[in-house]
Amino acid sequence: MIVSIDLILLFFVVVIAIAAITLRDLLSAVILLGAYSFLMALIWVELQSVDVGFTEAAVGAGATTAFLVATISRTVRWEKK
Amino acid sequence: MKEKQGEGNIIVETVARVMIPFIQLFGLYVITHGAGGPGGGFQGGVVFASAFILYVIAFNLTDGGARFPESGNIILSSLGLYIYAGIGLLAIFFTLGAAQYLNYGFIPFTSHFEENRALGMDFVEIGIGITVMAIIVSIFFDLALKDGDGKEEEEEGSR
Repeated sequence: MIVSIDLILLFFVVVIAIAAITLRDLLSAVILLGAYSFLMALIWVELQSVDVGFTEAAVGAGATTAFLVATISRTVRWEKK
Repeated sequence: MKEKQGEGNIIVETVARVMIPFIQLFGLYVITHGAGGPGGGFQGGVVFASAFILYVIAFNLTDGGARFPESGNIILSSLGLYIYAGIGLLAIFFTLGAAQYLNYGFIPFTSHFEENRALGMDFVEIGIGITVMAIIVSIFFDLALKDGDGKEEEEEGSR
């Protein structure tokens, strides 16, 4: 557990989360959510919880992104004003 | 994402064709090594389902749906649940009614208690992996496919 790497990863997670909830383009928000899940997986591995990190990488960054992209393909892409 | 079969991106199709067997192999590795390391039935099932999702995205939705139909989903998801519950009930049966559900060591696969436990754990993980794989693929098809056909899947995103 290295504190500087933790701080850098947490900073990027916060930046990506703020960007994902402020974007109007839902497809970009979904891709940012995938990046968020990947950074969260890195944080879990950094905190020496490999199993949780693996689940986060497989489910959060893989399956959930595919599900949300499929959902966007059935609905609208742009958030209404 | 293209509507016709011969119209797909050749880079995407080639990368998918090369990567899908390795993703499936990695999913099986995660399932079978879940007892002694990171991973397990759930993660392995998700990784295995990701290979199907990659196949469906890279080539054609209707083609993937034809190769993994809904009845197969139902059969596979219940099969995994039956494996899990069957191993547990076998453990109850071989502990002679002492009500030790999923106590794998008493199931006589081999003559050693520890090998029985490892084998029972592996069978239960395989059951979990089958169910999770079928359900993830089923959720993806329910989200991505329309009711009748899969023709107009990706092109109506711009309102």
